[in-house]
Amino acid sequence: MSEAPLMRPLPVITDMNSYFWRSGGEGLRILRCGGCDRYSHPYVGRCPSCGSRDVKPQTVSGRATVVGFTVNHQPWFPHVPVPYVIAYVELEEQSDIRLATNIVNCPVEDVAIGMKVKVVFEKQDDDIYIPLFEPA
Amino acid sequence: MYREKETCITGIGQSAIYRKPTVYPFTLALDACEAAIADAGLTPADIDGVACHPLGSSMVGEGNASASPTDIQKSLDLKLTYYGSGENAAQFSPVLNAIAAITAGYCKHVLVWRAMGERWIPMYSHGFKAAVLPRSVSWKVWLEPFWAPSASNWVGIHASAHMHKYGITREQMSAIPIVQRRNAARNPKAIYREPLTLDQYMDARMVSTPFCLYDCDVPCDGTTAVVISRADLAKDMRQKPVFFEAVGGGAQGNIGDWVSRPDFPDMMMHDAAKMMWSRTDLKPKDVDTAHLYDGFTYLAMFWLEALGFCKEGESGAFIEGGHRISPDGELPLNTNGGQLSEGRMHAFGHLHEAVLQLRGQAGDRQIKDAKVSVSGVGGGGLGGAVLLRAD
Repeated sequence: MSEAPLMRPLPVITDMNSYFWRSGGEGLRILRCGGCDRYSHPYVGRCPSCGSRDVKPQTVSGRATVVGFTVNHQPWFPHVPVPYVIAYVELEEQSDIRLATNIVNCPVEDVAIGMKVKVVFEKQDDDIYIPLFEPA
Repeated sequence: MYREKETCITGIGQSAIYRKPTVYPFTLALDACEAAIADAGLTPADIDGVACHPLGSSMVGEGNASASPTDIQKSLDLKLTYYGSGENAAQFSPVLNAIAAITAGYCKHVLVWRAMGERWIPMYSHGFKAAVLPRSVSWKVWLEPFWAPSASNWVGIHASAHMHKYGITREQMSAIPIVQRRNAARNPKAIYREPLTLDQYMDARMVSTPFCLYDCDVPCDGTTAVVISRADLAKDMRQKPVFFEAVGGGAQGNIGDWVSRPDFPDMMMHDAAKMMWSRTDLKPKDVDTAHLYDGFTYLAMFWLEALGFCKEGESGAFIEGGHRISPDGELPLNTNGGQLSEGRMHAFGHLHEAVLQLRGQAGDRQIKDAKVSVSGVGGGGLGGAVLLRAD
């Protein structure tokens, strides 16, 4: 991205979440269990499905489906133009892995439940890459 | 034996409610706490427990919690054998904790309050306008980086998914703010008492879809307090006690998590409702009045479904036209106007109104022969429910 991105409230980076936010923009990283192959999010020290501690970040396809969204019209952040879309997307790999995100590179009125989207990263300060989604 | 039945509400108090900053919020908290203790026929010397949401060691001056236990204790010179809170049932956490403390024998009379000063210190006033935005922590790291700081955004996403799934319309949703505004005309304390029309609702500016201005509750300054007592002590007290028949809280989904619940768009309210009904023989048909959290219209609709007043997906049809939820309908809803009209007393306005109805003290808005009332609060990542009975 050439232009400086608009400021966002950035996450406090911890040992538990840096794999997600500091992906380097190379791909969306989600935890996967070496025992049962299930994905989980966020990190909680073990696989919530089988209990294995063998849980590691793995780059996923970045493809997802919009399952709910809101068009925000309220200028909570004076520097951010409204309206914009906040959505929950479910990852193609596993439907119960769900992320909040913004849907970008798409007119607000075109966003719909069931829409197929793919990840695109926005580089912010502190080496943080924000995963946003655009139409697939 | 579900021991909440051994406890009851013996006192209620509520300050004035202001839309514009008028009286320092801590003063309003004192007004409510003193009123609740006096209403119970007690003095501060009789209060041996306090519980508050959120707890905080000293949060005086914060808009969302303008009277901490530390300061209320000192102010009223309370000698305590119990103080505490902690989240387990959204805004009703201190109610459930007070009940637990009483039945454990830690104390006899617990003062519980919810102090709102969101107009004195508006939400976000010292955050999102700054040159450097505050960093997100805890569960909010999964929401705020996407410019989603408000519950209107989070509930809006759940509501949009639910509307899409079941074909619910904004015209159906409008029944809640319109009926509640009509109720508020009979509540002298309500901030907004003028009628609301369907045209006004449909033409109102959007906050975060599907919520327009009238779907969102009204931030205010004010405090509501209650005294929760051991039931065997209530016989000789000043007011007719209102008993806890059942309570619900807990967390089957992840605490505070709005995003990843497997049964999305269901929320934590569904867990609280299920737990509450598991602790009583009463059924939804036994309920005379409902006092359901309306931070946003759709939360009340989710509560109607979660509590079993209608089936999943049928809340739109249930409220359509407003007949069922009006004072003369089968399930009078938010008879005080709720947070959409009275003001955001943050669940304790609902509790206060339920007690007034069950005591027969609701004046012009009294529902005849009200014996059983339900209140469900919160939603999303936290939820709490109480079933109250008059005798």
